[in-house]
Amino acid sequence: MPHKTFFWFFFPSGLAMLLFIGLPIISSFFQSLHIEPEQILMEVEKCDPFGCKTETKVDIEATSKLQEEQPLGRFNGLGTYGDRNHLAFDQIKEAWSNSSSMSGFIDILLNLPFYKALLFTLTFCFAVTPPVVVLGFIVALSINTLTKSLKGPTIFGVILPMIVTPLIGSLVLFWMIDAKGILGATIQYLFDDPNLSLKSSSQLTWITLIIYGIWHNTPFAFVVFYAALQTVPQDPIEAAIIDGASRYERVRHIVIPHLYPVATFIILICLMDNFRVLEPIIGFAAEGVAQSLSWMIYNDLRSENKMLFGSAGATSMLTIIGVAFLLTPVLIRTWREFRTER
Amino acid sequence: MESKINRYSKQLILINSLFIIIWLVVSVFPFIWTFWGSFKVKADFFSRADWMFAVTGFNTLIETGDTSTIKAYVESWTEGEFWKATMNTAIITVSVVTISLFLGTLGAYALSRSTYKYTFWILIAALIFRAMPHITLVSGYLFPFFQLNVWGILPTTIIVLVAINQPFTLWLLYSFFKTVPKELDESALIDGCSYFQAFRYVIMPVMWPGVVTAGLFSMMLAYNDFTVTSLLLNQENYTMVPKINAYLGTIEHSGNYMWAVSSVVSATAPLFMIIMFFQRQLISGLTAGAVKG
Repeated sequence: MPHKTFFWFFFPSGLAMLLFIGLPIISSFFQSLHIEPEQILMEVEKCDPFGCKTETKVDIEATSKLQEEQPLGRFNGLGTYGDRNHLAFDQIKEAWSNSSSMSGFIDILLNLPFYKALLFTLTFCFAVTPPVVVLGFIVALSINTLTKSLKGPTIFGVILPMIVTPLIGSLVLFWMIDAKGILGATIQYLFDDPNLSLKSSSQLTWITLIIYGIWHNTPFAFVVFYAALQTVPQDPIEAAIIDGASRYERVRHIVIPHLYPVATFIILICLMDNFRVLEPIIGFAAEGVAQSLSWMIYNDLRSENKMLFGSAGATSMLTIIGVAFLLTPVLIRTWREFRTER
Repeated sequence: MESKINRYSKQLILINSLFIIIWLVVSVFPFIWTFWGSFKVKADFFSRADWMFAVTGFNTLIETGDTSTIKAYVESWTEGEFWKATMNTAIITVSVVTISLFLGTLGAYALSRSTYKYTFWILIAALIFRAMPHITLVSGYLFPFFQLNVWGILPTTIIVLVAINQPFTLWLLYSFFKTVPKELDESALIDGCSYFQAFRYVIMPVMWPGVVTAGLFSMMLAYNDFTVTSLLLNQENYTMVPKINAYLGTIEHSGNYMWAVSSVVSATAPLFMIIMFFQRQLISGLTAGAVKG
């Protein structure tokens, strides 16, 4: 296809991506270099019968004028990246010199908002992914043995958690886990503790979120494994049966090796998708104890009158760096695939 | 003969069936529970005394005179203006699907038929774009959109969702067009068609299976989106998902918690219907990228 024809075919799609994915990243970076303008203070002398006092007041007129002149705020360089809500260099330095033991230092470190969020995001990613892969594989194996007429409805039931949006999915579970809901009440009954609530401690909330993550992501792993199972070659399996291999041995030595590439694909996609976890935190009303990087950005942008563009931009850039780490293996894989195709 | 050797033992069938049944319950029961509970009053759905009240509708009977009620639905659709949110979701979903399929088919066709090296880099760039968390993009949109005065309205959100959706649509349709034999449109070119005519008269009639799958994913993205719609739309233009979140959050509605429950059911039901019809396409799309490797 000549360059010109290609250009016109691809132009609308490319333009859309450039304008609304490429540019926002640049704009986000640009924002992160600026900080909201400070309020201009003025000294007003106030006199009453008891004497004169000078008061400092916010000069509303000048402040709003400044805001009009510089809607993005003043230039701050990389300052926002280092402040308390992001990488917090000063606080870390201080904690390093002041804390006597390593665990004390780590305690202070993990109480800084950015590191706290990073810890949760990574914990969520790496706690959810392995069970998802294992469960997805087991579900795929067992549904594969069903008779054809049962398969369709069963698959429909199993993929439901994946197709609802995470906010709705987490709400549906949250209402059941609520102390007054069916699961919450059952758990209280089982442990014989009327005050036990999954919302009561931060560990329990984290566990609830992780269980939600597994519930939501397993169908995806299942579907991909299920499709891959249909491509397992039958000849080696028949040969193994003749050689007297048990069912377990056949799965272990023929099916699983065949599915390795698929499993890495699932792991990578799962890690990448869970790195942006946001909606479950809102659905489970867990903002107090579990914040993710995406939630930090959401929180900066949520209030309509005072959005912290600079802070949100800086967190966005740091998040993108995190995504880049996770994305590298995917890119390498795709690159190899392309090379073998040519 | 082969099937006889490969027969499953009785224990295996038993364990297997048990496992599937448990897993189905885990997947489906929360939805059934919510559906059932949406016809009760709050005192039953979140019952302090006994969760069985949610099944029997004890308080619902006292409050409304019947064991189930559609009060929450009626109120949320009228007073809570859920009809407006539904309409906005419908507008956004239909527009996003139409536009992104139009752009996506053209782009992906070009990518699959060009032999130059830059197609590879474009696909890699699309992969990187696909991995960007939506919230980081939103943080880049807000400021320029405020300055341009286009924040809060539906068309902006539609264009943004189309763009966010493009990378995945391109990849999906690209791998689909790769399976359509090149000879088909090459022969049309030899017969004197232009590239566009070859696309219009030769490729379009055979591309529908791939388009249905891509359309399904565009629909799910637009229908399910929370991040973009909740931050880029003003409250009057909210779609269903941010609307449900708004029911939960504000004090004004705190007495109407059941609005959220019934709205969740209203929002999920159409989605489940569509997926029931197009399950096969959904699964083929999810596996398109994976199984090759």
